[in-house]
Amino acid sequence: MDYETVIGLEVHAQLLTASKMFCSCPNQFGDKPNTNICPVCTGQPGVLPVTNKKAVELAIKTALALNCTVEPSSVFARKHYFYPDLPKNLQISQYELPLATKGHLEIEVDGVKRKIGITRVHLEEDAGKLVHQGAARIMGADSSLVDYNRTGTPLMEIVSEPDLRSPREAAVYTETLANLLRYLAVTDAKMEEGSLRCDANISLRPKGEAKFGTKTEVKNINSFRAIEKALLAEEKRHEEVLSEGGKITQETRFFDDVTETTTGMRGKEYAHDYRYFPEPDLVPVEPPRTWVAEIKATIGELPWQRKARFVGLSVAGEAAQLLVNDKPLADFLDAAVKLGAKAPTVANWLIGDITAYCKENKKELAGLNFPPAELAELLTLIEKGTLSNKIAKEVLFTALQTGKPVKEIVAASGMTQISDEGELLKIAQEVVKSNPKQVEQYKGGKEAVMMFLVGQMMKATKGRANPEAATRLLKQALG
Amino acid sequence: MRIDVDHVARLARLGLTEAEKKLFADQLAAILDLAASLQKLDTETVPPTAHAIPMKNVLREDKASPCTDVEAIMANGPVIEDHMFKVPRIIEG
Repeated sequence: MDYETVIGLEVHAQLLTASKMFCSCPNQFGDKPNTNICPVCTGQPGVLPVTNKKAVELAIKTALALNCTVEPSSVFARKHYFYPDLPKNLQISQYELPLATKGHLEIEVDGVKRKIGITRVHLEEDAGKLVHQGAARIMGADSSLVDYNRTGTPLMEIVSEPDLRSPREAAVYTETLANLLRYLAVTDAKMEEGSLRCDANISLRPKGEAKFGTKTEVKNINSFRAIEKALLAEEKRHEEVLSEGGKITQETRFFDDVTETTTGMRGKEYAHDYRYFPEPDLVPVEPPRTWVAEIKATIGELPWQRKARFVGLSVAGEAAQLLVNDKPLADFLDAAVKLGAKAPTVANWLIGDITAYCKENKKELAGLNFPPAELAELLTLIEKGTLSNKIAKEVLFTALQTGKPVKEIVAASGMTQISDEGELLKIAQEVVKSNPKQVEQYKGGKEAVMMFLVGQMMKATKGRANPEAATRLLKQALG
Repeated sequence: MRIDVDHVARLARLGLTEAEKKLFADQLAAILDLAASLQKLDTETVPPTAHAIPMKNVLREDKASPCTDVEAIMANGPVIEDHMFKVPRIIEG
């Protein structure tokens, strides 16, 4: 039987605020464990949480970019469960009245555009971090150590409709969403560091069937690559169970990145019963329309708008997409173009040699002392004929490696093209003299030999000859 | 109206004796009866409310300040290791 896969995603993003969601502890990572904690976020009796305005602002900004309706009134709720990383034994979240609802995000999968519904955007507080002892992960650990620094930091949850139809679509959706969030500067969206997390609900149903099948929730997806892998594994498992006439049990499953399989949680599974009720210590958030309008005005150019603009500057669609997906690269292009460089040329260098260098050396462009002005300078030197393309690549490499200015590298190395045609003609004559056999072949009608002779010119000049001038002068020397 | 005390106790991770179960079942039944009497009120003209306090938008500027009560909070933990709270095995398996 043919099955159709149905996927919905819950994406959690850590918001870039200075302080926590409901108290003024610093919202920062890498500090000594349990130093950014206070009576409010550790749930001491008698404390009063107060909502962080900036967190609300960032969530509204996201909601607007996702075409959501910002609800006139939203309420925080207590979600009760017991886990050592949750000191209050409850998480302040939103339930019946979230901050925003009913939006969509357009994604493009292999050239096909799809509109994915957004059910809701809401705010909550994050839990702490556990360090397991006696095993690498929670299963099999003898004990665990709890660090509450992350407890109470602002978390935004974005829930999609079950509109995704393949693991690949789910991966593209998450990447598109993460990129949008980076453009909005609401989170740094790094899955490997946990600032963006993704839980996936997946079910299969016979093709043509309207009713959803039984779903499972896949957790522990820790990288963008893992989304597709985890869902492919779970999709396969569902298909195997269903095609053998079996039934899927609704449960939470953990993805193992090493074995690329999912496993159900062993031990007793309690049905979720979170006993939600409105958080009595927090009053409703009713964002005034003027405030929402102000926030809307802070939304800059969005990724898809930027892509359209790049295409308008004659950058190829695929290249434009690659650049837009990597905001620092796209920013670099804009800066270089502002300095007079041509967008398609800048795009080629960025996607080609510069990206290759960064990948090979595991460096970020921003970490190299190579501002857009340097690339603009390099491109000007090529355009003026001072540098050949080949030499320019060498200059680029040196600049990326040493952080020295392009001008200085070119001046110090004498790598500029030989513009003195008299000098070039002399070299051409030398080449003709020392390759009598090839000259004979050329004169006999084998025009392809010219390539060899030009190559000899390049060798003699260490690549400093302009290929066009070399060809012209060789022909002159051949008489 | 009666309530499933065993279920509620398990959700709250409370171990109750048989006598406590009886006591709390009676008390909870009285609370539910009170709620049931409130249900009888005509609220047709009263707008739904999600909160008891007639206030909204109590927001705090996003400013971080140093944490001064750290060691007092840590003192609550029965076992501290590497400045973290040590807890027993979370999942039996």
